[in-house]
This record gives sequence, C-alpha cells and structure tokens, in this order.
Amino acid sequence: MPPAQKKSAAPAKKTSAAKASSGFGGESPEQLRAYYREMQLIRRFEERSAEMYQRAKIGGYCHLNLGEEATVVGLMSAMAPRDYLFTTYREHGYAIARGIEPGRVMAELFGRTTGVSKGWGGSMHLFDVEARLLGGYGIVGGQIPPATGAALAIAYRGPGGPDTEVVVCQLGDATTNIGAWHESLNLAAIWKLPIVYVVINNRLGMGTPVEKAAGEPDLYKRGCAYRIPGVRVDGNDPIACRDAMKEALRLAREERQPSILEAVSWRLRGHSVVDPAKYRSKEEVQRLHDLDPLTAYRKRLIDTGAADAAQLAAIDDEVEAQVSAVVEFADNSPHPTPDQLFAHAYATPVANAPRELPGDPLLRA
Amino acid sequence: MAVITYRQALHDTLRSELIRDPNVFLMGEEIGVFEGSYKITAGLLTEFGPERVRDTPIAEEGFVGAAIGAAMLGLRPVVEIMTINFSILAMDQIVNHAAKIHAMFGGQSKVPMVIRTPGGGGQQLAATHSQNIEVWYAHVPGLKVVVPATPADAKGLLAASIRDDDPVMFIENLALYNTKGNVPDGDYVTEIGKAAVTKEGTDITIVSYSRMAAVALDVAKRLQDDEGVSAEVVDLRSLRPLDRATIVNSVKKTGRAVVLEEDWLSYGVGAEIAATIQEGAFDYLDAPVRRVAAAEVPLPYAKPLELAALPDATALVKVIHETLDATRFRR
Repeated sequence: MPPAQKKSAAPAKKTSAAKASSGFGGESPEQLRAYYREMQLIRRFEERSAEMYQRAKIGGYCHLNLGEEATVVGLMSAMAPRDYLFTTYREHGYAIARGIEPGRVMAELFGRTTGVSKGWGGSMHLFDVEARLLGGYGIVGGQIPPATGAALAIAYRGPGGPDTEVVVCQLGDATTNIGAWHESLNLAAIWKLPIVYVVINNRLGMGTPVEKAAGEPDLYKRGCAYRIPGVRVDGNDPIACRDAMKEALRLAREERQPSILEAVSWRLRGHSVVDPAKYRSKEEVQRLHDLDPLTAYRKRLIDTGAADAAQLAAIDDEVEAQVSAVVEFADNSPHPTPDQLFAHAYATPVANAPRELPGDPLLRA
Repeated sequence: MAVITYRQALHDTLRSELIRDPNVFLMGEEIGVFEGSYKITAGLLTEFGPERVRDTPIAEEGFVGAAIGAAMLGLRPVVEIMTINFSILAMDQIVNHAAKIHAMFGGQSKVPMVIRTPGGGGQQLAATHSQNIEVWYAHVPGLKVVVPATPADAKGLLAASIRDDDPVMFIENLALYNTKGNVPDGDYVTEIGKAAVTKEGTDITIVSYSRMAAVALDVAKRLQDDEGVSAEVVDLRSLRPLDRATIVNSVKKTGRAVVLEEDWLSYGVGAEIAATIQEGAFDYLDAPVRRVAAAEVPLPYAKPLELAALPDATALVKVIHETLDATRFRR
C-alpha cells in the first residue's frame, strides 16, 4: 500500500467555527467542508446524468465518476489554475472540479450550444481552454501522447521552477497496458518533462480485473523500466490524494521529474450507465456500498468535529438545488443548427474545402 | 529563381522556417545527428540545436502524438516520419486525434502541425516499404493532405503547411528527392487546396499528383512533340481539400481524361477523380475516364516484378492512345 505521504505544507486556515476540532490533513474545517460540497456536487451531478441518460436527454456513451469523488476532488485541489489536464472519457467530475460551471458540463452532455465543447464532443469530449482542461478523450490512451507533447511544449519554453506549468495526464487502470503509454513514459523520461501520469485504478477495465490484464498489477511500479517513480494512494481519501498530488506536481514543476500517481478506489456502478455490472456478486455490491467515499468522508467530518450533521444537510440541500438548476439550464439551452455543421472543419479558411451535405451536388455552380 | 533539387528545396524551407518562427521545431527519428534518413535535415542540428531539431526514439505513435500536444500549446512542430509506411503506427494519433481535436472540442484548440513523410515505390524496398497510402489520410476530414511534385511546390507548399493552423500530411516521394527544377527565391508560399495546370492542352486531360505528375508532364510533352497530341496536365498538389473545379474545367475543354496515380487502383485517388469528372463534366465526355494505377499486389522486391506492378510512362501512353482511338481522334 502507499508509502507515507508528505504532509501538506499549507497551514490550517483560521476559522470562526467554534468547533473543538481544527480539522485534519492540515486543513480548516471550512476547507474540509468545501471538499465535501465538491464531492457531493459530483455525486449528485452524476446521479442526475444517469437519470437524464435514461430519459434520453443524453445520447451516446455516458461514463460516471461515481465512487471516484474523493480522488477527483483531492487531485484537482492540488493543481494550480495554470496547470493543464488531459483526461479520459470518464471526466464529468474533473471538469467540475477544475472550476467549469457545471451547467456548461451538463449542457455538453445534452449536446447543446452552451456546452463546453458547443455540442461537438458530448460526455466523452469535454474541453475548456480557460480551465486548461485540454480534453476528455474517447479513445483509450489517446490522450497520453498529446499530454506528453504539451509537457514538451512547456519544457521547450524554459526550465522548471515553482511558478512553471505542469501537465497532468489522467488514465485508467486498463490503459496502463497500452503501447502509447509506454512510448510516452519513455519520452517523458529521456526529455525530463513536467508531467504527472495519474492512474485511476478502479480495479476493473470494463469487466476485466486489473490482475488479469496487467503483468505488474501494482500499477504505480510500471514506470520502473523508464526510471519513472510511482506512488500509490488511497483514492477514497481526498486529503491523501491531494497531498500525493502536491508532491508529484512539485517533482514535475521544480525538478522536471515525471512520475506516476496511482489512486485506488472502486467504481460504484457499471462501466457506463447502461452496464448493469452483472460480473459483480451481491456481496461485492454490498462491500462497495460500505466503501462509499462520500459516506466515509462524511463520517470523518462528523467524527473529527469538522462538521455537524446540520451543516452537511444544509450543503446537501444546496447541492440538490444547484444540480436541479444545472439540469434546467442544460434542458433550456438551444440545440446547434445544421448551418453550423462546417463551422469547425478547419481552423482557418482553406480553398476548396468541402461543404456538401448528403445529396448535394459535388460542384457548386 | 534557382535550379535546385526537391531535397534541397525541402531542406532550405525547413531552415528558413526555423529562422522565421521560434515556435517551429523539428522532430523525428534520426533527423539530428544522423541528419535524416534521406538527408533532408542535414546540418540543421548544428545550426539550431537539439531543442529545435529533436531526435526521437522509434516510437511513431508517441512522438506524433507529442507533436499534437505541443501544437495544442501553440508550438509548430514539423514531424518527419521516415517513410509513410511507418505512419501506420501513428494512425490513431493522426486520424483519431490530430484530425479531430479542432472540431470535436468546438473549435477551441488548433493543431498547427506538419507530418512530412515520403511514400512511393520503385526502390526495391519490397512490400512494407513501398506503399502509397496517402488516400487513407485524404479520406479523413480535419486533415489536409498535400502531395508536391516539383521542387517549387516542395518549397511553397511546405512553407504554407508549416504556417497553416491545421494538421497537414505533407507527402513526399522517395524518387523525387533528386529531381531538379526552378525554385523561386525568397519567401515563397503556395496556397493549399489548389491544383496546378502544368501544361495546357486541348485533346485530353491527364490528372495526377506527386511523382506521377512529373511522369505525366514528361509524357504530355513527348506526345506534343512526337504526335501532335495536345494533352493538358492537372497536378492536384492537394488531395484534401481537392480542387474539383480545376479538374472539371479541364475536362470540359478536352472531353477526355486519364488519371495517373502510383497508389493501388481500387478505391484509390483516381476513383474520386473519375467520380468528380462524371458528375461535373458528363455531357462533355467523349470517352470513359481511365485510370492508370499500381497493380493490386503487395509490391515485390525482384526488379522485373516491381516494374510490372508500378504505373509508368509506357502504361500512360498506351491508355492515352486507347482513349483517343476510342473517339476516333486523328493522330
């Protein structure tokens, strides 16, 4: 299991809360409750996404972050706004935790013009330049070489240091078996690139356990052939994720040392909304329920006195209202119109670019 | 204007673009210390250093993808893939990523990158090293595919490709590297997406690109001199976008068309050209559009077999004669 994580250097913030506890993980109760709010927001957002998918408001594939809320919030809280994130198709929570207005994320799932990708990407392809979320990627492992190249661009522009940018490249456990990752690890190692490869290990590919897919199932060790260090962290603990991520970011930022951070958690639902997860036993489902990171974090807040039940209930109500507004925003947003079909075909105009719709004549008069 | 080789034109353009824009950098296998498998990048490592002339490991998917990410952050990578055959290893990054990122993310990210790579057979490199698979890329919206046939276009189209905000597949041809031609001096940029009429004529149109466009021009000149046949040659220069209007306008004038292409016949570039002509110039056609393309086999090593498989001037002349004869053209 994980080696001891470096404690956050950030001092606990002063708070007016008259609690006996000053929080944990070096954080104020206020900040700890903010993490809870973010986790709960992702939880409810994803539950509503599943519901909207079943009501056919959302098309295509829809992969949820349910069970990964602690990982998402912990990792994203460590990143600086100037850092870049390349992620996978299971990325709604990451987009929200990067600070993107959740309504724009839901609108993208609905395929509306107000969506982060203007309705061109859908659930798997969220992108926002401002938030430096440089894409959810639908092809497994497809994001890894571009993420590595983004880190190359940072290195091209100057040496490392505390104020420089870092690329975070997230991938799933099953993606560790893809050649593109190994080619990219090698490039990151020989070129000393400022990148953190974050492996989200939820123990299952779609239905295939890690142990059946990986010759070295300790995934944080898989950079050893490239002398890239790795760390494993409990993905159900947002504070542990945050602290491990801070250290990985520091290594990349200041020492230009790429590394692997493996966060282990459990996917609470099937691979996607439509997957009933029949490969799991009743006992396993119950065990997962008991491991729910939100339940655990909630208990931890109450046990340490960082929050009381009334405070958390108030947060829950607030989130519930917010997510309802998010769905309403998406549902009321306009659909793109067919006259926009060729709007993004090329970045700049090009002679003789095709603009024919099905059935149109090839040559315009 | 100077007479230089296609290789020299590429080299000089890479050098001048590196000087012009600090965001331009080169990457690829053996392009630095080794100076490139075909010596296009000779001397550039010494002049610009290892950050801007970056040797990569043998990892096509990795370094092509890395170029995409670097381009997304505003750099202008020019990738050399040793031959087009190896681009197949990077197909996911080219087709699923470079071609998609601008549109799929709602126009938020440009991917200003160039992949330079030579195709072509005839060097006795056998089946895996002699392919002409440019049509695979020409099929994909989001890419631009340019196929220069002359040293001048090698210069003008490479400069245009490097300055372009979209991913460009810049397809060279092994047999063209030593060919010579007039190249304009100074800053010279050729617009992407426009075909060139390299010889005007009235009797028949030959549509071609890359090395075969050079063959077509030679044949057209010879037919003019030897037989008084006035052939017009359309050099496509760009397969995506395709300049359909220039093709159709030429055929409207000549009433006959032959496509000369080095790729395989079925589903090849010529199929698209023929379809364009029949739709755009049906009433003007005096004969069926013919295609002269490679035999549909993995290209063999042995010289007699290789020669038999590849299209050449002899095959083109034969098909031109057949097309003319079919319309009782007096020659």
